[in-house]
Amino acid sequence: MQYDANAPIWLQVMSSLELDMVTGKRPPGEKLPGGRDLAVQYGINPNTASRVYQELERKGLCETRRGLGTFVTTDGARLEGLRREMAQRAVSQFLSSMDHLGISRTEAARMILEEEKICQT
Amino acid sequence: MSDVTGKAEKNTVPGTLESRDITKTFGGKAAVDRVTLSLEKGHVYAMLGPNGSGKTTWMKMAAGLIKPTSGLILFESQPVSIESRKKVAYMSTEPYFYSWMSVSDVGLYYQDFFEDFSYDRYTVLLKKMELEETMKTTSLSSGMMAKLKIAVTMARDAAVYMLDEPFNGIDLLARDEIRTAILEYATPDKLLLLSSHLVEEMEAIADRAVFLHHGRLVESVSLEEMREERGLSMADRYRQIYGHGEE
Repeated sequence: MQYDANAPIWLQVMSSLELDMVTGKRPPGEKLPGGRDLAVQYGINPNTASRVYQELERKGLCETRRGLGTFVTTDGARLEGLRREMAQRAVSQFLSSMDHLGISRTEAARMILEEEKICQT
Repeated sequence: MSDVTGKAEKNTVPGTLESRDITKTFGGKAAVDRVTLSLEKGHVYAMLGPNGSGKTTWMKMAAGLIKPTSGLILFESQPVSIESRKKVAYMSTEPYFYSWMSVSDVGLYYQDFFEDFSYDRYTVLLKKMELEETMKTTSLSSGMMAKLKIAVTMARDAAVYMLDEPFNGIDLLARDEIRTAILEYATPDKLLLLSSHLVEEMEAIADRAVFLHHGRLVESVSLEEMREERGLSMADRYRQIYGHGEE
């Protein structure tokens, strides 16, 4: 994985794992790699890897069972909340790009519908 | 942080490597100049600075290979000595194998020297680095030689690993292998110190950086904190310190 060295690496690895959870690449209840394995797999410092799990746990997206390891949450509502949150972030990014280009919200919305129509035909 | 006694015999912290006001002069010129620095286990430190900033000299003092002109260098609160060398593994930039040696001879040579050397671990590392035991050291490319040096150093079960320029002259794929080997051995009870000019190679694997300039300590920082609080990468900070944008 390539990292943006200006942004916290734990955040980038966490986002990547969250995306895996939302897309089903790491389904609910699946065991996640141990902290050290995560470090090796992602090429990151082991302390950064621990931070990733601390934050995921804090958000209720994974749970550690003593002696067994860390698992993706089986709480469907949490995962749905995460999907919404990620979609919301994508929308904000899109809108801020549009703002930057000087395109109004109405125009942006019209462009999305237009794109939709083109794709359907 | 709260050192009030100033004595070497305060509470011993396992795996701590520390220099107190350490200076090393060569021919009247200070290669390391009054550096006070404490490194703790459970971290991977990147030691940074241009040529002549004192990285190698500091490491050699910590390895017990050269003596400081003044100041103290301590491992687990005791001055670095023959004893500490049993727990501190150091990889220098100079090649140090005899020309008649094969890759397996290098391992046997280390096994004779260091109690904590494990030939089994050496075999595992050789496989990861794609090196054969029968290879002659004289026939190795510079990249293979660099990997061999790392394999033989990391095959020790030491408390501290100091690798001087582990990525130098090594192609991209071999660098990945080295990075993986380093991460596999970076357990909470180990201290790793890496120096490199290839700053980008160390961004993700190190968690702390030590910047040296003209033999002086500039700062010792947490990389994730620096990213979070200042939006700076290690490379950015490097440019600030050593480039035109000096603060």
